[in-house]
Amino acid sequence: MALKDITLGQYFPGTTIIHRLDPRVKIIGTIAYIVALFLAKWLVTYAIMLVVLAALIAISKIGVKSILRGMKPILIIVIITGLLNLFYTPGQGEPLVSFWVFTIYPEGVWAACAMVLRIAMLITCTFLLTYTTSPIQLTDALERLMNPLKVIKVPVHELSMMMSIALRFIPTLIEETDKIMSAQKARGADFDSGNLIQKAKALVPLLVPLFISAFRRADELAVAMECRCYHGGEGRTRMRQLKLKGTDIAALILAVVLCVVIGVLGRYGF
Amino acid sequence: MKDTILKTEGLRFSYQEETIPAPVVLDGVDLEIEAGSFVAVLGHNGSGKSTLAKHLNAILLPTGGKVYVDGIDTADEDKLLDIRRTVGMVFQNPDNQIVANVVEEDVAFAPENLGVPPEEIRRRVDDALKAVGMYEYREHAPHLLSGGQKQRIAIAGVIAMQPRCIVLDEPTAMLDPIGRAEVLKTIKELNRASGVTVVLITHHMDEAAQADRLVVMAKGKVIADGAPKEVFQRVEELKAVGLTVPETTELLWELRKAGLDVPLDALSDEECAAVLAKLLTKDVTPA
Repeated sequence: MALKDITLGQYFPGTTIIHRLDPRVKIIGTIAYIVALFLAKWLVTYAIMLVVLAALIAISKIGVKSILRGMKPILIIVIITGLLNLFYTPGQGEPLVSFWVFTIYPEGVWAACAMVLRIAMLITCTFLLTYTTSPIQLTDALERLMNPLKVIKVPVHELSMMMSIALRFIPTLIEETDKIMSAQKARGADFDSGNLIQKAKALVPLLVPLFISAFRRADELAVAMECRCYHGGEGRTRMRQLKLKGTDIAALILAVVLCVVIGVLGRYGF
Repeated sequence: MKDTILKTEGLRFSYQEETIPAPVVLDGVDLEIEAGSFVAVLGHNGSGKSTLAKHLNAILLPTGGKVYVDGIDTADEDKLLDIRRTVGMVFQNPDNQIVANVVEEDVAFAPENLGVPPEEIRRRVDDALKAVGMYEYREHAPHLLSGGQKQRIAIAGVIAMQPRCIVLDEPTAMLDPIGRAEVLKTIKELNRASGVTVVLITHHMDEAAQADRLVVMAKGKVIADGAPKEVFQRVEELKAVGLTVPETTELLWELRKAGLDVPLDALSDEECAAVLAKLLTKDVTPA
């Protein structure tokens, strides 16, 4: 069973400028890029977005192959979105092609290309975030970015604690699943044959012990956390402090500039 | 005057359940543990030794009697953090007590909870990791370490809290012999070098033999209390409650039963060997 091969967060460790950026800046930057993507209108703006993305990928030294591999699962969604846009965008001029119930207008071709490109770039830029930022840094940054939400009673600390504990226990539980599977196989359990329903049923003897063990772990972990004086987020300090460096501020400014430039150009129809 | 850090007075505990009668787990335990000592609590499964451990930092509260940690009654809820900060606890399964997915982040967990300033946390984390010999692993993911290493991380996580006392509840039960040796060495060094009071709950005779003081429990009561050398001499009593004695004592005891005049207090391998050597030379020399 290839359970061990599952990588989570798909983080590629590295030491490039992008890797070393403050995770908060990377999250804000990603959001800025996505906003800019939706402000983009026509060839010029799309070209700028594409160049920016290509530059970021080059700097981060993430292989184009790994990005393409990441795209695979969502390929179908991209294709369907493309086709829908292609056929259902109404146009004023002469249709380009017309057969059976389908008519394709030049506007449709443009809309489809733009949409496919937009989704692809959107996904690539989020990949860039998760490929260059470790899960811990991500949860850490999210907690700090969402900190203002505490005012409206959002349990920010609790959410990020849950997230980091979940991340911590994924490998442990995967290992456990492997063990239980082997134990059940040794007693003649069959996980691989039969139709979908039979396969799902075969999972019951796997899931029951797994859940029981997970609850026991949760219980023990809670006691251990209490023993180490855990009493919620109140009065808690952090060892690792996030400080904005010069490069972080520069990156933030660049992200804002990108948004503004694309916004203005898009408004004038470029 | 010696400084008492942990004290139980007529400690009784039973799980309040529907079962009638509720089984009594602890039945009147009176203990005083000196600051800076290394005490082993030995007992069979179900002897109440783990339940006793859980009373020492207020995870469980007594149903009868009192427990004092550094003079504070553990039933005092307002002082809970002080109690937990004074008495750190390490459990059996290292996987279930590691919170973070980077070693140093996990060690920082307790001081973070206590609101220690960041630079101070950094210093404590480094010190704690050096104390357990895991400093080189500070940026590793815990799930990739061996059981013994994980347990040492768990110990470091408690040390970073700077407790005066550490209670370890069967910390070696899930480890292989190498891991056990690592953990035991770490515990002994902590006790010796930093003067931390250590209460080691165990069912391994050889671990118990290394303590300054040995408390033997059976059926919720303390049945023997003293230096390991003295306690292990009471072979019949220990066997009566289902415990064995270290192999050295066992051997000497058998020899004694066979009518030889040997002392029972030669606990370490070397001491035992010396006794046997003496016996051999005595025997071959014609009277």
